[in-house]
Amino acid sequence: MNTTATPARRNVQLPLQVRALSYQVQGRQLLSPLNLSIDSTGISIMLGPNGAGKSLLLRLLHGLLKPDSGSILWNQQSIGELSVRMQQSMVFQKPVLLRRSVAANIDYVLKLRNKASTQRRDELLHSAGLADKSAQPARSLSGGEQQRLAIARALATSPAVLFLDEPTASLDPEATSHIEHQVHQAARAGIKVIMVTHDLSQARRLAHDVIFMSYGTIAEHSSAGLFFSNPASVAGKTWLSSYLQPSQTNSPSHD
Amino acid sequence: MTDFSQAFGVAFQLLIRGDDALYEIIFLSLRVSLTATLIACVIGLPLGAALATLSFRGKWLLTVVTNTLMGMPPVVLGLILYMALSNAGPFGWLQLLYTPGAMILAQTLLIIPIVTALTRQIIDDNWLDYREQLHSLCVPRFAAIQTLLWDTRASLLTVAMAGFARAISEVGAVIVVGGNINHLTRVMTTAIALETSKGELALALALGMVLLLISLMINASVLSAKGHTSR
Repeated sequence: MNTTATPARRNVQLPLQVRALSYQVQGRQLLSPLNLSIDSTGISIMLGPNGAGKSLLLRLLHGLLKPDSGSILWNQQSIGELSVRMQQSMVFQKPVLLRRSVAANIDYVLKLRNKASTQRRDELLHSAGLADKSAQPARSLSGGEQQRLAIARALATSPAVLFLDEPTASLDPEATSHIEHQVHQAARAGIKVIMVTHDLSQARRLAHDVIFMSYGTIAEHSSAGLFFSNPASVAGKTWLSSYLQPSQTNSPSHD
Repeated sequence: MTDFSQAFGVAFQLLIRGDDALYEIIFLSLRVSLTATLIACVIGLPLGAALATLSFRGKWLLTVVTNTLMGMPPVVLGLILYMALSNAGPFGWLQLLYTPGAMILAQTLLIIPIVTALTRQIIDDNWLDYREQLHSLCVPRFAAIQTLLWDTRASLLTVAMAGFARAISEVGAVIVVGGNINHLTRVMTTAIALETSKGELALALALGMVLLLISLMINASVLSAKGHTSR
């Protein structure tokens, strides 16, 4: 597969700065005030038990949800600004593909950004391994293919930041490998990747740094090497040793 | 039973014989109802989509009113239109009363709430899935509505068919504003009503069968088209 992820717009200067961010629903605190800084390159992986707030934080960082308090700044600009959001893309756990052909799903985004180009579309489909299925209805693809198309479509926006919310959940190893290849390609092309996963071995394969969440807080943010060899937080240690802390499986899920 | 057996024969004869009067009625019925359906879809589809996706004051009330108007009795609507379009009414200057135009207007007003309410429900169900994705792609709201309308086109075809079915089978409103004038405003349903009142039950039943046959053919065509668009 070719590297087709367009080099990200270099004028976007990360890191991401999150200050005193909190979020609550009907009086229930889902995210406690938290701070976070993320580098402008590489793959950041969010780990943690179910209900820790990973997907919620991802949606807040992408501007899909508004926090109750605190600030999220990309390049010193608020996440609420359209110019900032236009430089980000997100792929969801369950891809929402438009009811049209595979190629038309890519064309839709390229046209939306005034970048309609059959060459660019073909590059993206080739990179996703879907070139021979461009005329097929997108929703007739397999689960893994749909997710690959969703990532290709996200890359069609030429993002500086790519958010991935458990993109390989319930996919087989081969499909997972394809997705990881796409993620690597994107990161190599200079796109910042922030990804939620429950797959520890996947995190080991992809992560440059790990954001470990527990009970709506960031328990630890460290380099992947450090986290997997000697996690600084007790929650991280416990989770790594048992993979899933039994006492937390009953906590309310908002991932 | 005699009427039923006669009706089949009469219906068959009417169609085969190429009765001019019958075909005139059939074509007028189709012209009025298809035009009304087209206008109602042009208005009702975007209106229903907007109701599902936009947030504004009075949205709940508008939704309730739209849903309520789905059950508007045609004869009541016909009466209101009659009063509005008669010479003494506010729109008398249009000179629409007892013309096919008035019938199209009546059927359009009758099915706009149906198209709008059903579209709102379909778009609302899909909006739950699409909202985050379209928001993530920074799709402007107007473009998002267009996207949803296109992506739900197979379901919306059924909505259009429901509107057409209501229009072509309606009699109360068109008989009041159209007057059932021979060679001018007589459609299938008003012709059936007339023949029934004259005691020509077999002919009335035959006309009903022709009406059903037309609906069957149109639905088959739409269903066939829907098969191509559903994915």
